[in-house]
Amino acid sequence: MHIKPIILSSIFLFTASFYANAQVEDTAEGNDDLMAMLESESAKPVREYTTATFKTTRIANGHSIENTAKGVLDFRINHRFGLLHSGVKDFFGLDGATTRIGFDYGITDWLMIGMGRSSFMKEYDGFAKVRLLRQRDGGGMPFSLSYVGAISVQTMDKPAYIPDSVEYYFSNRLAYVNQLLIARKFSNAFSLQLMPTHVHYNLVNFKNEPNDVVALGIGGRVKLSNRISLTAEWYYQIEGTKRFVEGQPNVMTKNPLTIGFDIETGGHVFQLLFSNSTAISERNLVGQTVNDWGDGDIHFGFNISRVFTVVKPKGFENSRNKIW
Amino acid sequence: MKRTMIAVLIICSTAVSGYAQKYMTRTGKVTFFSSTPVENIEAFNNEVSGVVDAKSGDVAFIVPIKSFKFEKALMQEHFNENYMESDKYPKADFKGKISNVGDINFAKDGTYNTRLQGKLTIHGVTKDVTLPGSVTVKGNSVTANSKFNVKTADYGIKIPSVAENKIAKQIEVTVNTILNQK
Repeated sequence: MHIKPIILSSIFLFTASFYANAQVEDTAEGNDDLMAMLESESAKPVREYTTATFKTTRIANGHSIENTAKGVLDFRINHRFGLLHSGVKDFFGLDGATTRIGFDYGITDWLMIGMGRSSFMKEYDGFAKVRLLRQRDGGGMPFSLSYVGAISVQTMDKPAYIPDSVEYYFSNRLAYVNQLLIARKFSNAFSLQLMPTHVHYNLVNFKNEPNDVVALGIGGRVKLSNRISLTAEWYYQIEGTKRFVEGQPNVMTKNPLTIGFDIETGGHVFQLLFSNSTAISERNLVGQTVNDWGDGDIHFGFNISRVFTVVKPKGFENSRNKIW
Repeated sequence: MKRTMIAVLIICSTAVSGYAQKYMTRTGKVTFFSSTPVENIEAFNNEVSGVVDAKSGDVAFIVPIKSFKFEKALMQEHFNENYMESDKYPKADFKGKISNVGDINFAKDGTYNTRLQGKLTIHGVTKDVTLPGSVTVKGNSVTANSKFNVKTADYGIKIPSVAENKIAKQIEVTVNTILNQK
């Protein structure tokens, strides 16, 4: 009498196991279960850092929120030609150009440094850009914040307006830049950035000319295709902090507006741009732009960036990346 | 009689539970390699999740595209931005079945050749594929190996003429992943 229920239950188990077998024959269903299992296992919210808010470390003239990656050296050549409307005699400005050659380097993923030499006023500049906050995909931090600090030395001879009796100290050549970058990538195609900027000039030309220029910059990017984007940036100098055009105490400097295109081809990024600024560093760009779009005083220019991986990231020691 | 019945019962139930085994990973490794006379590009991904059902032979893998690491940072950006469009298509996946699952004895250590049949989805495009591979059983884990080629054009991945000679038309994909019994 005891045996019967055991037989029954074993029969039941047998059939159940066969039944289970038959069930899983249906692949699609079994697979969807597995997929669901994987999805739920990896269901922790994706909160990766937002990447590629801008194509490169400059929007066009000024800094973008992007940093050079750790261990990457970025060799940059910037060219700004003369005025477009200078006519065929100067080949529309191409005859007279200012150039900056510079190197940027990513020390860590949050700190990059750079230095450069501009032909305009024979200027040497150095900067550090620090990431403070980073926007994240899928919620969390809604924007990125970086700080740029720069120092610049102009090595032109003593200006003519300074009398021989007055000494021209080294400190007179210096200027400092403090800048915050606040950026948000709204979509794959559209990014926007605000740049509150302070530039301090140790020496200005006139007594009533301010030493400190305060400006609010706004810049953005619209992707036209995967490889081409349209960029624009504009710095608005707060009234009362504007400097004077050299030698003209009644003429104020202008707000620099730059419109450009980013074009990338493999390891290079080309930036073609039109701007009323002839200079490239923040010192001159933000506080010492003298040309006016309204008068048609526009310069054509370009940036070329070429990156080199100096320090290999971990895990690539035995990779097959090397050909030779 | 009673004893034999109990023994049969035990054997049955262990057989059933043994069959239901699943092997799983969340740190699976997938590598791809593009080779041209101009440039070699190899990228690694250690964040692949996958599951193998030892009973039915069902297999599923999910590969997060943004987790591929490149030696050159700019290349990684281009891979995501221009080629894989990972904002739009964040994952590649494979759903399929080991068609010869009966040949694999998950209870016995050893290496078994496998044939996988299923659907591979990359860049939002799904294709029916048959992939060669092997499974190595060792204790409570299995190592899944597979090496196969993927044609970029098959999956709608556009390569512009300037990069044509630097990126292979066929990309070699290697899966080498340890899955643990779940």
